[in-house]
Amino acid sequence: MEERTLKMLTAQAKEIRQDIVKMVGEAKSGHPGGSLSAADIVTYLYFQEMHIDPEEPQWADRDRFVLSKGHAAPVLYATLAHRGFFPKEELNSLRKLDSHLQGHPDMKKVPGVDMSTGSLGTGISAAVGMALAGKIDKKDRYTYALLGDGELDEGQVWEAVMAASHYQLDHLIAFVDNNGLQIDGNVDDVLSPNPIDAKFAAFGWNVLVIDGHDFGQIEEAVKAAKATQGKPTAIIAKTVKGKGVSFMENQVGWHGSAPNAEQVATALAELQ
Amino acid sequence: MTSVATRDAYGEALAALGQENENIVVLDADLSKSTKTCDFKKAVPERFFNMGIAEQNMMGVAAGLAACGKIPFASTFAVFAAGRAYDQIRNTIAYPKLNVKIAASHAGLTVGEDGGSHQMLEDIALMRVIPNMVVLVPADGEETKQAVRAAAEYDGPVYIRLGRPKVPMIFDENYKFTIGKGVVVKEGTDVTLIGTGIMVSKALEAAEKLAAEGINAAVVNISTIKLLDEKLIVQMAEKTGAVVTCEEHSIIGGLGGAVAEVLCEQCPVPMAKIGVNDSFGQSGLPDQLLEKYGLTVEHIVEEAKKVIARKK
Repeated sequence: MEERTLKMLTAQAKEIRQDIVKMVGEAKSGHPGGSLSAADIVTYLYFQEMHIDPEEPQWADRDRFVLSKGHAAPVLYATLAHRGFFPKEELNSLRKLDSHLQGHPDMKKVPGVDMSTGSLGTGISAAVGMALAGKIDKKDRYTYALLGDGELDEGQVWEAVMAASHYQLDHLIAFVDNNGLQIDGNVDDVLSPNPIDAKFAAFGWNVLVIDGHDFGQIEEAVKAAKATQGKPTAIIAKTVKGKGVSFMENQVGWHGSAPNAEQVATALAELQ
Repeated sequence: MTSVATRDAYGEALAALGQENENIVVLDADLSKSTKTCDFKKAVPERFFNMGIAEQNMMGVAAGLAACGKIPFASTFAVFAAGRAYDQIRNTIAYPKLNVKIAASHAGLTVGEDGGSHQMLEDIALMRVIPNMVVLVPADGEETKQAVRAAAEYDGPVYIRLGRPKVPMIFDENYKFTIGKGVVVKEGTDVTLIGTGIMVSKALEAAEKLAAEGINAAVVNISTIKLLDEKLIVQMAEKTGAVVTCEEHSIIGGLGGAVAEVLCEQCPVPMAKIGVNDSFGQSGLPDQLLEKYGLTVEHIVEEAKKVIARKK
């Protein structure tokens, strides 16, 4: 990756993390941990990879992104706002009455949201449908999905994974935000999805395991995915829940609780 | 009177529609020979996708297709569509109001020998309570054909309830189905029999029997349960002063529930509900089951007389 690109992405991701902390703090509820762990992946896709047009969010031939782990809505909203889909000021309205920014993404309300999600396991199926539509139309557009590792508990995920390889959807790229934690604790203690890579491989997917906070590795993985024919690709991204905010990192308690004003200030100081 | 299963009419209509409209995509969950989407597969193989025995994923895939401009029809048995994949229908299809058509066959008792596990008697209730969802229950083959076309033309989620057995043809090609419009199949003054699906033909038979006893019963076909034709229901209740609903569904939450909701607010009249009385079904021949659970012409006649007697 070029030094300039790396700098740009690093700066964007930092601002997006700041906004995640601010908006969840302002909302007094929400999911900061899994938003921060996914911030680098989502930043990379929207600022470097995806063919999209903020001026025309419904452009038919755009690439699609499905946040299958819908509770990480803050990272998607912050990224879309920074990418120009809607004014950043709206981020303050997260989870408030009559706001576009619902607790979980609503495609009817937010420009740039390609699929409504929130019930876990459902987004990846919709992404399979989007990739299938592209295949029917012989289009070159890509569909990206972002799953949580806890989300892999849902049986529907594996129905979707089976269908994607059966129909050879090589324009489907699914990231797993492998931060190792879900609400009730360590994924290995709650209901282990491991080994994640071997599972996807056994289902016929091309599988790559990367550091989900390394933009160079994310870029290389997407390149490798796009070079793969006849198979969908799973990118298992090793991440840190709460990444960037020391007191949130690897702390399961920050899955679904909001920082108070003092904690927001501390977090923002760390994210400067 | 000729008889056609609504699922057969669906298969035929879908295959024809698929050849005309290249946006139609069909998904099935390993039941294409039973749901009759196999007709579409034969006609338009490149737009038919078997999703395997995985209904939850099928509904999500349909949503994704619709989000990219396709008009997906997703078919399986009603028990697996409305039951197993309820969350997916609610959250991934109806919540974002995506243009997905769910065509659910083998609804009701007339599934027959497969028994209670497969006899879906709650789907109308489950589907009509979801915002944005249109619920269609065609009464015969002709209405099914037209309903499939109307569903494809309508922009938004539609649940189409279809049956396994052959049912008498009530309508011919001069009939015009419109989403949201009920139809007076027979005029009458003493009582209104409101039927849906396979029970419309039974309501018509009941009206004939009542006529022989000097009772003039009207028969209304309500094939759109949501968006319900409230105006027609109120008008007929006002005119006849008594109502009997007839459906191959639980008496809770289905056609009877929907009609009662309208009438209690707008025109309270004596009313009876014919349907399955809050129970599961069991194995048996379709006709034996209809008899056992009271979905018969005789029962309709009996209840019609009772509601007429309750008129003040």
